Amino acid sequence: MTDVAVRPAPAALDRTRVVGWLQDYGVYVAIVVLIVINTAIKPSFFSLDNFRVQAFQVVPVLIVALGMALVITTEGIDLSVGAVIALSSAVIPLYLGYGAWLSIVVALVAGCVSGLLAGLMVAVANVQPIIATLALMIGVRGFAVIVNGASAKSVTDETIGALGLDSWLGVPQEVWVAVVIVLIVGFVVRRTAFGRRLTAIGDNRAASALAGLPVKRVLVTVYVISGLFAAVAGVFLVGHGGYADPSNYGLNYELSAITAVVVGGTPLTGGRIKVLGTVAGAVFMQLVAATLIQNNVKNSYSQMVEAVIIIAAVYAARGRSGR
Amino acid sequence: MVQGQGAQPVAAEPTAAPPGGPAAPTPVLEVTGVHKSFTGVHALRDIDFAVRPGEVHALIGENGAGKSTLIKVMTGVYEPDEGEVRLRGEPVAFASPLAAQEAGISTIYQEVNLVPMMSVARNLFLGREPRRYGLIDSTRMKREAREILRDYGVDVNPSRPLRSLGLGAQQMVAIARAVQIEARVVIMDEPTSSLEAREVETLFGVIRRLRDQGIAIVYVSHRLDELYEICDRVTVMRDGAVVRVDDMSAVDRITLVSLMLGREIGDVRKHGATGFADAAHRAEGAPVVAARDLRRRHQLDGVSVEIRPGEVVGLGGLLGSGRSETAKAIMGALPLDGGTVEVGGSSTRRTVAASIRAGVVMLPEDRKLEGIVPSLSVRENIVLAALPRITRGGLVDRAKQDEIVDYFMKRLRIKASSPDQRVSELSGGNQQKVLLARCLCLDPKALLLDEPTRGIDVGAKAEVQGVINELAAQGLGVLLISSELDELIEGSDRVVVLKDGRVVGELTGADVTQDTLMTTLAEAPPEPDLAGAPVDAVPDLDRTEEETHD
Amino acid sequence: MSTLNPTGAAGPTTPTAPDAGVNVDVTGETRLERITGIAQQQGGLVSLVIVFVAACAFSEGFADSGNFQSILVGNAYTSLLALGMTFVILTGGIDLSVGSMFALGGVLAAWGAGHGGIVVAVLLPLVVAGLFGLLQGALIAKARLAPFIVTLAGMLFARGLLQAISAEGTNTYLVPKGSPFLWLGDGTWRPVITAVVLFVLGGILLMRTRFGQALFAIGGSENAALLMGLPVARTKVLVYVLSATIAGAAGMLNASRLQSGVTNIGLGYELTAIAAVIIGGTLLTGGAGSIVGTAAGVLLLAVIQNLIGVHLSQYGSSASDLANGLFLAVVVLIQTTLTRVRRLP
Repeated sequence: MTDVAVRPAPAALDRTRVVGWLQDYGVYVAIVVLIVINTAIKPSFFSLDNFRVQAFQVVPVLIVALGMALVITTEGIDLSVGAVIALSSAVIPLYLGYGAWLSIVVALVAGCVSGLLAGLMVAVANVQPIIATLALMIGVRGFAVIVNGASAKSVTDETIGALGLDSWLGVPQEVWVAVVIVLIVGFVVRRTAFGRRLTAIGDNRAASALAGLPVKRVLVTVYVISGLFAAVAGVFLVGHGGYADPSNYGLNYELSAITAVVVGGTPLTGGRIKVLGTVAGAVFMQLVAATLIQNNVKNSYSQMVEAVIIIAAVYAARGRSGR
Repeated sequence: MVQGQGAQPVAAEPTAAPPGGPAAPTPVLEVTGVHKSFTGVHALRDIDFAVRPGEVHALIGENGAGKSTLIKVMTGVYEPDEGEVRLRGEPVAFASPLAAQEAGISTIYQEVNLVPMMSVARNLFLGREPRRYGLIDSTRMKREAREILRDYGVDVNPSRPLRSLGLGAQQMVAIARAVQIEARVVIMDEPTSSLEAREVETLFGVIRRLRDQGIAIVYVSHRLDELYEICDRVTVMRDGAVVRVDDMSAVDRITLVSLMLGREIGDVRKHGATGFADAAHRAEGAPVVAARDLRRRHQLDGVSVEIRPGEVVGLGGLLGSGRSETAKAIMGALPLDGGTVEVGGSSTRRTVAASIRAGVVMLPEDRKLEGIVPSLSVRENIVLAALPRITRGGLVDRAKQDEIVDYFMKRLRIKASSPDQRVSELSGGNQQKVLLARCLCLDPKALLLDEPTRGIDVGAKAEVQGVINELAAQGLGVLLISSELDELIEGSDRVVVLKDGRVVGELTGADVTQDTLMTTLAEAPPEPDLAGAPVDAVPDLDRTEEETHD
Repeated sequence: MSTLNPTGAAGPTTPTAPDAGVNVDVTGETRLERITGIAQQQGGLVSLVIVFVAACAFSEGFADSGNFQSILVGNAYTSLLALGMTFVILTGGIDLSVGSMFALGGVLAAWGAGHGGIVVAVLLPLVVAGLFGLLQGALIAKARLAPFIVTLAGMLFARGLLQAISAEGTNTYLVPKGSPFLWLGDGTWRPVITAVVLFVLGGILLMRTRFGQALFAIGGSENAALLMGLPVARTKVLVYVLSATIAGAAGMLNASRLQSGVTNIGLGYELTAIAAVIIGGTLLTGGAGSIVGTAAGVLLLAVIQNLIGVHLSQYGSSASDLANGLFLAVVVLIQTTLTRVRRLP
């Protein structure tokens, strides 16, 4: 009388399978649809030049979204990413005198430090991630503005500019970096013990603790990674724009990142991460914005559209985690 | 030893014995032809159940027999797929627990389902607070709360937060609340698991009063003594079906047990009710785990326990007595205010990872909450605790991983469509086996098992019990916590009895019986103050210290 | 479940209730826990008193009636955001849309004053905000989506709507001179009195109605609340309606005072509201808290901001931001530590 597994694969329930497939791959379908629509409206949309333009917009958000996805997988959230972008951008002009690469390294370290603070608050002091990263969001941006001064500082360094603007083999360097990051994150999540621990902790923290997993260590690490990724995005923004503007850089990035993660199918409740989905989510949101801009839709309406998309994505994803 | 599918169950057809007495009144709550399935599991098959006014009706069966599901159908948590629920002769379909409650069906659960942070009075009256001019009348609420609870032997300042009371008192508050609601039917699901003998007597007094008032009571319990004392009728369930309905006095204990298990009477008499072997194990050598004087505010008050290789040490006691906390403390998962834990003779650092390295592993009490990682696969769940051992350079060694997984899936007969199936899709029994595999693949010296067969069906239960037996025979030290006294008594070589976070006795050899256990619990002196110096604003009595000797 | 005892004889008849005592007090609170409990619950109030006294003593110009007035009046309407937020957080939820409800309420009120008089000016913001709350509440309670993301999207949508109805923020509606609507926000003390009255009503709602008790229950243990028969879904929807409506009302009153509907206000107000609620002792996870605590939290934040504004304004607004962020972090850390000592869930 030992029982069998509870849920045998249902061949019959077609509707559920279709819905399930849509939930998993719908965002890719949506991307294709948007490209088709845009090209129909304006054929020049489907051109290398335009894709390059879109790529420059997407990459910073995408990189931040990947870090955010990792944090969200642990049932956390990082609202400070925008502020870290500001911080990293503020740091660069300060250390430029010592060399471009040094200033980049310092910017990345600054991001890690902010992430470390967040991680310690969440993992050791048991502060809710919303609160901890909220405090950092306010404080770090303030610190960045103090360090840099309120007005934007021009950054005309060649190396940094190259990072933000140049292409290699026709593809922007930023995109190459993003690709590498995506591959690394995907690899870590699927093949390493750290990735395993990450998802386990997000799915059932109590069980993970009782199985001896180093919960605190993993949590701190994941926030450091998020800070690091945000700092990378900040460097790209400086290179691309040619100036450091901590008052304005990164504003609302946390929102864009969270949206990309959610639309991409990673549940806010944690325990599962979709790396490619996050990429797709970021690309999709960028396409939505581009579509609206191309058609001269007012800013206000595009905001409302974004809001509806977020709700639709979360609504579609619910009940998927099977808990 | 372990019962397989071959034995003939006793009295498999539902026999509705004629009610004892003159023309029986119509049932107040009745269920006919009810079926309920969840994906792949047919939880209730053609169930007929009825309880009459003024009747105390026992509903018994093993885990997985369908009792909980039936209750949930009767109380509006689930809707039946087929069949009818009738209240006082009228068919009803409850949309929610609230609807059932409003119709007059009140439920008392095994876990105290009240709000711990709110006060006793507020909990008692939540949703039905007395009002004056539209606003809640706090003074009256507190006064009435105090009076009502006195009748239940709980004499406390009603403004105290509920969680500041002991679990038994909390349960009494829950019972008082369930009874306050003008109910025609009160369903009690394992109401005494956290109650001591005195409290149980109080509860029985309440039940008798309710019965005299013509209220119907459905009583679910594992404790046969209680059933025989208080119940008039009994319905036995097994594997989702009703196997016997009769007067309580018409069925004797052995028959009851064999009905529940589906095993022959002679077999039960000979081998006991569980899958544990008859022979006790030989415990030899120095203790593999030695816990001394474990202390933690509100939970443990100087517990000491030793586990020797090859022996099964049972931890007995009521819900809330500190058994799980002891296991967690040994494991390093519970921060302690004092005490030491030695594994293999040396002190361990107080972390779970260190305990695992030293050779101690634990199967947690609540597998949903603290055990399985639902979205991960069977494979990933099994090796979760062994990650450090199968990781090289940060990467998971898949070959090693698969080797371990395949071995244990075979050894424990874990049924899954593949090792990559999500563990949340497995049945309770198989999930438990996955957790057991997780423990065993760590090659432990000591195994701490907290309710290892809770919520799993009879077959899987017997298998798990058999495995535990084998492990002990192979020299593992086992700590066994179980609320099922049969399992505890038959499985353990000796039993350490806990009450209110202290060790109040130890049973060895021939003393390991249910009666001795209950007596030890009943005779234990009232606990000294666990908390040091409790501060309470109201100086009058909050504790009744009378002892009743049974 | 005992096995081998064939006799089923019942035990001796037992006495009924009053004689059989029940073992009650196993887990009384220790002295330390009581103290930290009080500290955590009243911490906001105590800190307020300490900071207030210190500020009077050491900060020039603080202890001045004009300064007090500006603190109170300046924060009267925004404090209402924290009032509504308290209810939501008590259920274990969060409402990030209150800042945009505030702005939306103001713009709608200003527009309404010019297109229908005081009735429209008052009702339109309440109705629209209420609808927002209803929609958010339904998504949270019935569709079971996370409050964080729902109210985040709500905030975004409301901001978009705001921009749309004010021509991308370029249009600022002015309340017509002489409109009766201006009476609401006029005067030196009217805003403060309005706020106090609403806080008192809020306190009564929380402590003296079944709705209020249900909030505690849902936050304390939603599962238990369900099983105890409380109308959980309905209560949750209502609490988001309440929060949004209060925020809209606050914005409406503010518009009356400012005599116009400004589109760019309210940014970040929800964060200040959340901070005030937490400082006041309400647990972010819900189940415990008080209106008095929130009031103390609001005042404490206002005083601190006032002090920072006075002393650090020379360093620019970013210095203030930094200080605010640090303060928030420190206070929340303290509250969290206190919670851990008390072993609250």
